[in-house]
Amino acid sequence: METTENIIELRHITKVFEDDGFTAVKDFNLEVKRGEFVTFLGPSGCGKTTTLRMIAGFDVPTSGDILLNGKSIIGLPPYKRPINTVFQRYALFPHMNIYNNIAFGLRQKKTPEAEIARKVRKVLDLVDLEGFEARSVSTLSGGQQQRIAIARALVNEPEILLLDEPLGALDLKMRKEMQLELKAMHDKLGITFIYVTHDQEEALTMSDKIVVMNEGKTQQIGTPEDIYNEPATAFVADFIGESNIFGGVMTGKLLARFCGGEFQCVDDFPEGTHITAVVRPEDVELTAPRLGTIRGVVDSVIFKGMHYEITVLSGKNEMVIQSVNSARPGDLVGMRVDPENIHIIRAEDHTNTFYADINAAHRLEYNGHKLETSLTRIIKGSKRMEDGSILDGNGEIIDPSRMRVLVSIGPEDIEMTDEQDAGLIQGTISNLIYLGDHYMYVIHTDLEDFVVYDEDLWNMDDRVSLIMPVEKMSFALRKK
Amino acid sequence: MNKTVSRTPGRTWRIVFLIALLAFLYLPILILAVYSFTTSTQIGAIRGFSLQNYVTLFTMPDLRNMILGTIVLAFGSALIATVLGTLGAIGSFYSKSRFSGAMNAINQIPVVNADVVTGFSLCILLVVVLHISKDTYFPLVAGHVTLCAPFVYLSVMPRIKQMDPSIYEAALDLGATPFRALTKIVIPQIVPGILSGFALAITLSLDDYFIATYTKPATFDTISTYVVNATKGAQTTIKTALWALSTVIFLIVVLVVLGMNIRAMRAEKAVKREHI
Amino acid sequence: MHFSRKSLGIPYAVFLLVFVVLPLLVLVFYAFTNGQGQFTISNFTGFFTDPNTLGTLFYSLLLAAVTTAVCLTLAYPTAYILGTSKLKSRSVIVMLFVLPMWINFSLRITALKEILTILEGNLAMYPFLNAVIGMTYDFLPFMILPLYTTISRLDGALTEAAMDLGADRTRTFLEVVLPLSLPGILSGVSMVFLPAMTNYVVLDMLYNSTYIMGSLIGSYFSAYDWHGGSMISLILLALICIFTLLTGGSEETARGGALL
Repeated sequence: METTENIIELRHITKVFEDDGFTAVKDFNLEVKRGEFVTFLGPSGCGKTTTLRMIAGFDVPTSGDILLNGKSIIGLPPYKRPINTVFQRYALFPHMNIYNNIAFGLRQKKTPEAEIARKVRKVLDLVDLEGFEARSVSTLSGGQQQRIAIARALVNEPEILLLDEPLGALDLKMRKEMQLELKAMHDKLGITFIYVTHDQEEALTMSDKIVVMNEGKTQQIGTPEDIYNEPATAFVADFIGESNIFGGVMTGKLLARFCGGEFQCVDDFPEGTHITAVVRPEDVELTAPRLGTIRGVVDSVIFKGMHYEITVLSGKNEMVIQSVNSARPGDLVGMRVDPENIHIIRAEDHTNTFYADINAAHRLEYNGHKLETSLTRIIKGSKRMEDGSILDGNGEIIDPSRMRVLVSIGPEDIEMTDEQDAGLIQGTISNLIYLGDHYMYVIHTDLEDFVVYDEDLWNMDDRVSLIMPVEKMSFALRKK
Repeated sequence: MNKTVSRTPGRTWRIVFLIALLAFLYLPILILAVYSFTTSTQIGAIRGFSLQNYVTLFTMPDLRNMILGTIVLAFGSALIATVLGTLGAIGSFYSKSRFSGAMNAINQIPVVNADVVTGFSLCILLVVVLHISKDTYFPLVAGHVTLCAPFVYLSVMPRIKQMDPSIYEAALDLGATPFRALTKIVIPQIVPGILSGFALAITLSLDDYFIATYTKPATFDTISTYVVNATKGAQTTIKTALWALSTVIFLIVVLVVLGMNIRAMRAEKAVKREHI
Repeated sequence: MHFSRKSLGIPYAVFLLVFVVLPLLVLVFYAFTNGQGQFTISNFTGFFTDPNTLGTLFYSLLLAAVTTAVCLTLAYPTAYILGTSKLKSRSVIVMLFVLPMWINFSLRITALKEILTILEGNLAMYPFLNAVIGMTYDFLPFMILPLYTTISRLDGALTEAAMDLGADRTRTFLEVVLPLSLPGILSGVSMVFLPAMTNYVVLDMLYNSTYIMGSLIGSYFSAYDWHGGSMISLILLALICIFTLLTGGSEETARGGALL
């Protein structure tokens, strides 16, 4: 069927930048149908712009394939792709007037000048800037430049229009207006739009399909409703809308334990499964203490106009509630949530693993630090010879250059500290999610990323050192 | 512009082109540097290794005097130019636009003017009309300050413009006198501009030939005027000693540039680290 | 006494009046008077009727034009390669091209002269060629720097936008990169063209027997002919003014930028 045909497909796209070895996109897969409005949503550095640039042809994937109408366009330079881009800072040519800016693409195709004039007029009409032909770029406001950038791309009648955070530089009111206009243009023209933004509201308002990305990987692909109501990962739940996110465990059939209570739910996971529970603040009901599934003490109340935002402390857990009724700090309250409003996600396993090397002295080493443990304890039946070398269970000498050790450590066993020299490795906090009674941090280091649980709040981009007690580690010998 | 598509062909040609151009710029200096360590008096056959040229360079009174004279002149006139130019820029920035507009325009004259014309016109005014003897060094110093001060003015001005205009008022508001606000608040803000203006002034003075020619005392020589005269003469000891001078200056410039680059790179790294 | 920020500018204003404005006025006075202090336009008419001085003027313009063209041809590709390169070490390479600026020109020309003498034998045989080589050698960094500054600041999104709209590399260069690097070209041209008309010492050092405008001032100076010298200076000044107006007076950015 014509209508369900995929206009563009991305298959196993990975992009590693040569100059710094940074992996911007990992195994990215996507199918876009003709006429769809698809949005790449994620925090800065999640790989969304890189993916867009690969579709435009400015970046070449390290591996994977991009198909346009079923044919690979990997080898095609940008100027041969029937795809046009609206750039983040518009990229209007400052040495040309508006007419020449818009005509630029048509002239490359040697379109007759009369037709160019007609098309330019038409597209200026579309973006509501009739009569701007002779104006120079520098005389336009940000919003007007934005419209010209859209006109300049649309006049070429591209099969796909790429928009790289096009509204980022506009003020809030302008942004809202342009969101609606872009949506209307999309509906009118029937061109496929691929839109990049970090603004979740923008994505939810405009898109047919949202691709949530984080650290180069797809987190979830779905309709705005799916993404909001059924977040696939804790990251999505945290990124889209406001959520209370708790770590927990399934304690029975459709029964989940989190936030110090046992809740009925509708997601079926085997008993004992580690879970992440997501509860939207508007879905929590305040009750009399004895009627609630859990109880807590009101910590703060903030009036937000439409509702009150009430923070309740239940043991070590913190629950944020939106309610039309106020409460007083210090009140003891009960809280309950409808089973269908509790969203359960199978917990990602956050155990950290990394490889440690065996150095020439047959000691375990990681990031230049010695791990104070005995190799003979790690390798079953091994013993240390007098010269320091180690024999394995079969009495054969272990060659340190061919072996290494896989080290595992739980996220709760790692401690973060400001003293940079105190830990095994240093890194910066690249991600943080509040999980009810503790925070989950992702620490980005030169070697690998670590997941750490900590009760205290650290700031994003803080530089921390990770203390990893050797006694909490488990080890496994691996061949190189 | 980051990470664009495929490398264009001809990458090798680009490198060859750059290297050829660098060879054109550097080979003469480097060849001369090699010969400066020999007893050769002409480029061609290399004779024995010798440091004689360097001994001559630092012992011959003529050479020593002109090197010292050039340095003293450069630092002296750069200092005067820096004080004048900096105060001029501050004064002009805070003045009415007509006054500062006129100042900007006049300041531009020595910048765009040919040095020959600047030197010649100063010579006529000071020596021919006012009868000031060149032997007083006044025309020479005045000439070099005229050459340098406009550039100090130009390198300080953008710094003042960048400065948050309310910090001066904030200082006054907090009880500082205008003088203290200026010395403790404004000047520290524009120090980078002053320093680069000073450095620029020194290089301009060191490299000058024309203004010195038209204003210097007959018995005094800067490196430029001395070298130009020496190339016309036939004295080989001096000629080869100048090869040594060129090598020394080349090394000093390389070291200074290297030092600046390393410092800039360190600063850049520190900034980057903060942004990770 | 009340301290005022404005008064700080007074010393420099006085300095500019005495050492910049006054000399120019004196120059005008001398150009239009004779040895007896009487008004005359003979210096002026003399210049434009003497075939020698007129020849020198045209020779200067030709030499300056050729030198500028050679410098631009060499400097533009250099600046373009460096300005669009993604190399981490590109600032070091740029530094290599700029560094000769800080070595005294007379010493560099001496070095060039030695090499040219080996290659050509008698330098006086090819006066025009050697003048172009010598000036290119002296002025090339002043052309590269403003070009590099302009090209490296060029917004990469603009070239991407051009390609996105269907322009191949050649058309992207001709229609976007080249027009946008025009300020750098103008600045570089004014950095080379004017000195090439006046910097006669480069010619002197290369045993060059030919004359350019600057040489005329030098010879009037040697002959103590202040009136003739003033007229040449004035004509040069007029040429400089015209040229600066044509190129938009962007010289200070380049010469000042020499310090980075």
